[in-house]
Amino acid sequence: MRRNVEPVASAAPLDRPAKSGLEARDPARRRWQAPTGERPAVRRLLIAAALAFLGFVLVLPLVLVFVEALKGGVGVYLAALADPDALAAIRLTLLVSAIAVPANLVFGLCAAWAIAKFDFVGKSFLITLIDLPFSVSPVVAGLVFVLIFGSQGALGPWLSDHGIDVVFAVPGIALATIFVTFPFVARELIPLMQEQGTGDEEAAISLGASGLQAFRLVTLPNVRWALLYGVLLCNARAMGEFGAVSVVSGHIRGVTDTMPLHVEILYNEYAFPAAFAVASLLALLALATLLLKSLLEWRHGGGLKPRRGH
Amino acid sequence: MDISIRRLRKEFDRYPALHGVSLDIASGELLALLGPSGSGKTTLLRLIAGLEFPTSGAVFFGAEDASQKSVRERNVGFVFQHYALFRHMSVADNIAFGLRVRDRATRPPEDVIRRRAAELLELVQLPQIGNRFPHQLSGGQRQRVALARALAIEPQVLLLDEPFGALDAKVRKELRRWLRELHERTGHTTVFVTHDQEEAMEMSDRVVVMGQGRIEQVGAPDEIYDRPASAFVHGFIGDSSALSVTVDRGEVFLGRRSLGPLAAGLPDGPARMLLRPHDLELTAQSAGAIAGRIAAVRRHGGARMIELEVGDKGERLEVAVPASTPICPEPVQAFRPLRWQIYPAG
Repeated sequence: MRRNVEPVASAAPLDRPAKSGLEARDPARRRWQAPTGERPAVRRLLIAAALAFLGFVLVLPLVLVFVEALKGGVGVYLAALADPDALAAIRLTLLVSAIAVPANLVFGLCAAWAIAKFDFVGKSFLITLIDLPFSVSPVVAGLVFVLIFGSQGALGPWLSDHGIDVVFAVPGIALATIFVTFPFVARELIPLMQEQGTGDEEAAISLGASGLQAFRLVTLPNVRWALLYGVLLCNARAMGEFGAVSVVSGHIRGVTDTMPLHVEILYNEYAFPAAFAVASLLALLALATLLLKSLLEWRHGGGLKPRRGH
Repeated sequence: MDISIRRLRKEFDRYPALHGVSLDIASGELLALLGPSGSGKTTLLRLIAGLEFPTSGAVFFGAEDASQKSVRERNVGFVFQHYALFRHMSVADNIAFGLRVRDRATRPPEDVIRRRAAELLELVQLPQIGNRFPHQLSGGQRQRVALARALAIEPQVLLLDEPFGALDAKVRKELRRWLRELHERTGHTTVFVTHDQEEAMEMSDRVVVMGQGRIEQVGAPDEIYDRPASAFVHGFIGDSSALSVTVDRGEVFLGRRSLGPLAAGLPDGPARMLLRPHDLELTAQSAGAIAGRIAAVRRHGGARMIELEVGDKGERLEVAVPASTPICPEPVQAFRPLRWQIYPAG
């Protein structure tokens, strides 16, 4: 009989006066932990670090924008927004995004459709090209349009002879915005459409639908939530774009100033309450976008898969 | 509608998936395209449907050359492997889709469309689920809805790609019987693709066995099983073991032992002898029998499977004997072949 080994093992914890450290814990009573999990202390530390960083870098500035904007009271705030130049900037921003977002909606849908449903030479090159606006500095994008359409540019003189101004005018701002925001819709749709494949379209056409009917009745409804999501992000970026627009705009007050440019001008003129008032509108836009985005993800997460996050 | 396939060839990026296949399908027939993956069976089905265009060759629907027609104009009912139900539409809307997309001249009025969808749901024995969405259905239900949707356009031909591939064994068995009955009632010319020989044998009037882009054999299930046209068909359909033998003036030699004049009319030289496990009989005589060492004995349902190691190459022969047969402790046993097929090697 070797039973006498057992009491020794069970007596061990009793010998220790206090449970200190991990070793003291009875191994059988230690709480089960998922293999990929962490100890509570580590977990809390990581979360706290992340929250502190987020608070300092994201939340604090956002709160300060509103605090600064409302410092002089609601009257000053509203007066700053009612300023004709501010109103012109808001109008221009809305106009530009009303041009850029639908344009990118159509371009993005076409590009995603082509990439996901067809095989052709140069497909991977096209995918890389779509990502170009993400990798190139917006300032460079703006400069490119100045080079093409500027008074010294390739097409600029001919166009201005015909009474069309691109640079330092609305068309240039719209072009620069379209360039910068191009990837949002396409990037949102490509993975989803690739995953869905062409089976549904084949089914629709075998049932007698025309190509257009298949697109309208099957393809589009299949990607509608991802499309809306892409449009949302595209719109947020279109309204907030600074770099590329700054180069082509020429900063003509009340004419070619968008909201972000107007904020900078006001700030440089030490008109802080007015600058922050306009900035608060942009911040509100960001918050509204975030809210809608979360709502979409929560309600229609399935329709947005597969996700790579932004 | 009878279908005639004439020397159909299909290449994908210069890689041939189908080498000039010809096949005649009778009107009202239920035909199975059976083969391992990569045999070209799905390609053939998609070519019949018009979902692919052939590199050369033609498909005739009746007397009419359908080759130049698109899938839209061919009026075929195609049931996809994963059903391809429209996820944002209710079951009834899925079924009505084919009627609703018609142009105004040929589109039935909305109440007729709705009635037709209800009738089809009745036909596939799912009368209550018209308002549900595809994600709320089980695999078997989806399968039936996909079939109802394909039937809604009153197709000339019904084509099914691995119709039961995504279902579990029990549902598969039920649906097989059900589809066979439905075919008898509706009488559509039906072609379905499967890699499951049991499914092909049980359901179809004729089976087309395909391998590596070619038709190996066309015939009734019995014919395919009892008289396989090639070693490939023999090996693919049912259980079988192959032995390397030599043919000399009609006499078959296993190693140096003669099995008798079993191969009259076959060319001299190396050949393969294929035997099914049930087509061998335990014998005490050694003349004309296949002798070997028992390597393993397994129980297999109502039979006992013996793995016999034959010849100096160590080839294994599977033999099924009734479970009641006593297995002699003697390790060497002789079996007399009752039925066999011999194909020239190559």
